[in-house]
Amino acid sequence: MDLIWDGVTEALRLIFSGNGYVYEVTFTSLLVSGSATLIALVLGLGIASFLAFRAPPGRTLALSAFNAGMALPPVAVGLLVSIMLWRTGPLGQLHLLYSRTAIVIAQAVIATPVVAALSTAALQGLNPNLRLQVLALGASRWQAALLLFREARLSLLAAGMAGFGAAISEVGATIMVGGNIKGSTRTLTSAIVLEVQQGDFETAIALSFILLAVILGIITVFTMLQQRRPPA
Amino acid sequence: MSAPLLQLQNIVVEHARRSVLDVPCLDILPNEVLAVVGPNGAGKSTLLRIIGLLEQPSRGKVLFAGRPISGSPLSFRRRMAFVFQEPLLLDTSIEGNVRTGLSLRGVPANDRQRRVEEWTTRFGIAGLGRRSARTLSGGEAQRTSLARAMVLEPEILLLDEPFSSLDAPTREALIDDLDAVLTSKRVATVFVTHDRAEALRLGDRIAVLMGGKVRQLGTAAEVFSSPVDSEVAAFVGVETIVPGRIREVSSGLASIIVGENTIEATTELPPGSDVLVCLRPEDVTVSGLADATLMSARNRLRVAVTRVRPAGPYVRMELDAGFNLVAHITKQSLEELAISPGANAIASFKATAVHLIPHRPG
Repeated sequence: MDLIWDGVTEALRLIFSGNGYVYEVTFTSLLVSGSATLIALVLGLGIASFLAFRAPPGRTLALSAFNAGMALPPVAVGLLVSIMLWRTGPLGQLHLLYSRTAIVIAQAVIATPVVAALSTAALQGLNPNLRLQVLALGASRWQAALLLFREARLSLLAAGMAGFGAAISEVGATIMVGGNIKGSTRTLTSAIVLEVQQGDFETAIALSFILLAVILGIITVFTMLQQRRPPA
Repeated sequence: MSAPLLQLQNIVVEHARRSVLDVPCLDILPNEVLAVVGPNGAGKSTLLRIIGLLEQPSRGKVLFAGRPISGSPLSFRRRMAFVFQEPLLLDTSIEGNVRTGLSLRGVPANDRQRRVEEWTTRFGIAGLGRRSARTLSGGEAQRTSLARAMVLEPEILLLDEPFSSLDAPTREALIDDLDAVLTSKRVATVFVTHDRAEALRLGDRIAVLMGGKVRQLGTAAEVFSSPVDSEVAAFVGVETIVPGRIREVSSGLASIIVGENTIEATTELPPGSDVLVCLRPEDVTVSGLADATLMSARNRLRVAVTRVRPAGPYVRMELDAGFNLVAHITKQSLEELAISPGANAIASFKATAVHLIPHRPG
């Protein structure tokens, strides 16, 4: 218990003393995971709209793949992205390995199936005639999609939260493709792993509390958006 | 006759290689209410989705004001409005729902507010404007759905069984309001229903859709009094359909042999024709044996009452005249007749009440 209490105290000290290292890894975490979540939302909602509204042939197969993708092992994603970005890999010329962009790519690959699978289920849960009604009111395809997203916002925001959670809590792929470079690709999760490896449990616990506080803050904002009454 | 506002030409819709709609030709005329009636699964909703450009036919063309629709149907769709069986309201206020279509169609804001106020008032929901659509009763929700459609001032209004999920008093009140709106606005309307009474009440013309085909199209009087075949007859409420053969015709009045009986009917069919004799239950009068001489109807048959049961405002009486004959009489008439199953009576009907359908016995 002393260790945890010391960790909490250290966390508060690090936050309020304006520790540059802590602010830097927190900023990196928010930047890469926020970007990855944004990409996952755009791709996931696009995929979900296509699967739910167009009902293409092979939809069940595609959905199975995205549902399985929710359990995608992050280290496998890290390995795959590393191979792709490796100097001799197909995307080696882009020189992205061990960069924040590489982490964004890996986290987006992890979060996209989560957003896509949950969003497809959310949109399929709407009354199928609601889309026809919206089109009959005179909506273009884009207007119809936005109106239907608003109708399914509770579940879609839950999908967004799940995607963000998958991205920010990820560590294996982040280290593999980012390299855990101080001042560049070190995130809260990779910093915690490093501190534990170095035996500095106090700092590791402090960083864990900061990570939890960040997640709680962002998820609270999402939840407030989710529970807000729609405008008249 | 005015030029059609919308035309269907050689429309075929196939789902999983099965034909669900086959309409060679159907015109929607300006200012008319076309009621499409048919049993469940007849293809009524599919027909309405094709007219509303919400579904592409497998084959055939839709013409709007004479122009074939090709490419994006959005601009044509914005000249119509659609009300579904369920209200399908969005998760916002009543006013928000009524305003949505106007916003989507780019109607200026000041015009939007005026039109929303006008139509929420006309459908009796003006006082509920800021309430969430999720808190409405079935009747209020369907009123909102109708206001949301009419506020768009459509050239064609499409109604897909909008009253079927409402209780009887709510349905009656809403039909009255819609009838008043359609009478004053004269907007071309296609109204799909499986309820004959609703079709009769609102429809200028009636199309009977069965098995994906328009089996009969005409005025209410034509369809309900002169159905083209036995299935249409049964659907439009003809309860007595029996085979017979015309023995002779004199001055347009035919004598038809039906079992042991001879029935007289007006017809242009020649003697020797095999026919189906059709009689609506409300055209059959039942009286006691002693009252038979007072009747002016040409057809009087001695019958045995086999079954008597309430049927809404009427009493449905099944009679054995050598063939099954069904009559609807009032509860008051039943009390006066004091007839019960097993008793004998006289069933009478006019020669003009009998409709004959040419029939090939098989």
